[in-house]
Amino acid sequence: MDAKRRDFLKMAGLSALAGLTAPAAVHMLVNKGPFQANAATAAPVGEAGEGGHEAAPATGVRLGMVIDIKKFGENQELARQCIEACHSIHNVPDYGNAKDEIKWIWTEDYEHAFTDQSQYKRNTTLHELPIMTLCNHCDNPPCVRACPTQATFKSKKTGAVLMDYHRCIGCRFCMAACPYGARSFNWRDPRGKDAKGQPFIKHLNADFPTRTRGVVEKCNFCAERLAVGKQPACVEACGDTGALVFGDLNDPSSPISKVLAENFTIQRNAALGTKPSLFYII
Amino acid sequence: MYDLGKIIPGLIVFVGLVSFPIWYNGGDAGAIPKPEKPVLAKECVADIQYMRTTHMQLLMAWRDDIVREGGARTWATARGTEYNRSLQSGCMKCHTSKKKFCDTCHEYAAVTPYCWDCHIAPQETK
Amino acid sequence: MIEKALSGSNRYWAWIIFLLAIMGVGGMFYVQQWNYGLGITGMSRDVSWGVYISQFTFLVGVAAGGLMLVLPYYLHNYKVFGRITILGEFMAIAAVSMCLMFIIADLGQPTRALNVLIHPTPHSMLFWDMIVLNGYLFLNVVGGWGVLHAQYKGLKYATWLKWIVYLSIPWAISIHTVTAFLYCGLPGRHFWLTAILAPRFLASAFAAGPALLLFIALIMKRTTKFDVGQEATSKLVTIIGYAALINFFFVACEMFVAYYSQIPGHMHTLDYLFWGLEGKDNLVPWMRFSVFGGAIGIALLFLARARKTEVGIMVACALIFVSLWIDKGLGLVLGGFVPSPLERVTEYYPSLPEIGITMGIWSAGFLILTILYKVAIEVKLEKEA
Repeated sequence: MDAKRRDFLKMAGLSALAGLTAPAAVHMLVNKGPFQANAATAAPVGEAGEGGHEAAPATGVRLGMVIDIKKFGENQELARQCIEACHSIHNVPDYGNAKDEIKWIWTEDYEHAFTDQSQYKRNTTLHELPIMTLCNHCDNPPCVRACPTQATFKSKKTGAVLMDYHRCIGCRFCMAACPYGARSFNWRDPRGKDAKGQPFIKHLNADFPTRTRGVVEKCNFCAERLAVGKQPACVEACGDTGALVFGDLNDPSSPISKVLAENFTIQRNAALGTKPSLFYII
Repeated sequence: MYDLGKIIPGLIVFVGLVSFPIWYNGGDAGAIPKPEKPVLAKECVADIQYMRTTHMQLLMAWRDDIVREGGARTWATARGTEYNRSLQSGCMKCHTSKKKFCDTCHEYAAVTPYCWDCHIAPQETK
Repeated sequence: MIEKALSGSNRYWAWIIFLLAIMGVGGMFYVQQWNYGLGITGMSRDVSWGVYISQFTFLVGVAAGGLMLVLPYYLHNYKVFGRITILGEFMAIAAVSMCLMFIIADLGQPTRALNVLIHPTPHSMLFWDMIVLNGYLFLNVVGGWGVLHAQYKGLKYATWLKWIVYLSIPWAISIHTVTAFLYCGLPGRHFWLTAILAPRFLASAFAAGPALLLFIALIMKRTTKFDVGQEATSKLVTIIGYAALINFFFVACEMFVAYYSQIPGHMHTLDYLFWGLEGKDNLVPWMRFSVFGGAIGIALLFLARARKTEVGIMVACALIFVSLWIDKGLGLVLGGFVPSPLERVTEYYPSLPEIGITMGIWSAGFLILTILYKVAIEVKLEKEA
């Protein structure tokens, strides 16, 4: 029995050793996963343009967007047009209730969009402005980390956070992981009809698929439009108002980089370290 | 062996049940489906025989390349015919009827691919 | 050995048929869910996990609780647990089976579940949870069944089996640690974002699992000839009592951090759970009952042991089990979603089909448990006679 016990203690010692090395392994998994390799290695070279402690990766395209809140305030129709353009092009269903709701882009009030900002004595106009909200296309996306099948992933070519609806198992781990409420689940068949026989998708766009029941969906930064040289639908809907500026954050000469260099912008909940690619001019 | 008298008849019943569709149809495989071919197109994106046996793998490869890798949307055959690497806005532009093309074989083979849960089939004429 | 489960008293068969009936009802509701989608449940865009995932989380704890019987017997040679260690292992099998069923019930696309294996993703905690849960199921099936089968044949079990059982000990810790990591690694969910989550999960597991086991063991003492014995009961009381105390200590630590630091994000969910937030308070009575019921349960547990009243111990075990079920099976998972990251308060009420499916899965778990326990106690009684 004693010999057995000694054997066990040896094992226990080895296990403890393995336990000590575990944090390093976890660090590797979390920080140097395949989807983040350049963020970790290229950090010192990158421009220190990012909030927080780490610099942005200097290599590759990183798509981002600047949202000018004042412009949306001047033309209150604009937000509605953006939403309409996006949702009709992407066959986003409208169930008419909050429980089943699916949205890719929507408006929030300031208080709920910027929960980390002080609401005390804010100028009154701010509270009346519609804040455009959509997926932040984080550079360090928690949803991608959480997904057990890589159904959501960061595009190597554009840095956008995309969904592969063929692969999603509908576990909704990404919804729990997203700090911005950007993800919606297909609780029921989006191609179905309501009690009055009205289809949930009012006008089917035959050039884009619908989703199926049981998968998560969200804004894709119009990957399908960018691929054929078009602007994202919401950006196009804004025309030349400058309310939405879209482009490559890693290109110092891009219009978006210029807008960011000239304006004070804030990001939603930047303290969480997700590194959003959306900026707001307040 | 124990219980030989139960095992052997049991196995016979099992094999009988499993092979039911074969002997019920008298060994007849039914009419071979004849999917309708496009009239205008001169060639498909790959050899016909290859497409017959392997179109599902090809579609999956396109899908993964375009959705996940941001791969090229258009491609050309060896003879230079340009095509869209897309089910909805590629294949179905020539094969304009899902019913007369896809479904004929899929129904025969009793497979229900989930493509059409999301992708929109072209409007059936008639 | 399985033939032991195929013959039994009328009461045994009535219980089996009762469980099968509830499973049947659950199955019919699942068909409904299959046809309509998860929208048939009470879950929503804001509260995107409901009772399925909360039951899963709680039951991982029940499964890990088996450790409290296996460890003293196999590692510390605590002979008194000789008769009931197998009950711990078999309870783990039933509980993990329920966990897996709850996960499947919760998937939007259950037919694609194997994508987790086809596209292995080490940076996802769900991937690791899949590995540790299935591994734990395997270890307990092989270890528990193997050791019992050796006894059934009147032999000493093989040495390699002992290593399987040894491996199951750290493995039990891992299942509940990884399950806690599902939650505590998510930015933006303040309530879950706490390093104490895995220890707290383990403490509640080591109370809830043995509490259920002791409760069932004392019922079996009344309905069969199987007696756990005075000393084992007393030792289990100690284990359950201290583990439950540690769990409540951890809850108190959470309360302190939130309310002393006064950081709003840390206070919101606790406000919602115990006092109500923006007039929404559907979990408040439950959570308060959890605290008071748990405290009374712990006191009653030690008191009943001192007085040697078995009924008292059973009531105390039931109270502690229910208290921990509310604490983890309702409050922890559902609370994490309220308020939402956008600080909106959306309440969740499970729907009838959802409750039906949940009951069906619990029944399936109890069916597995009943069959395994029937085999175990018959073998034990036969060999000891």
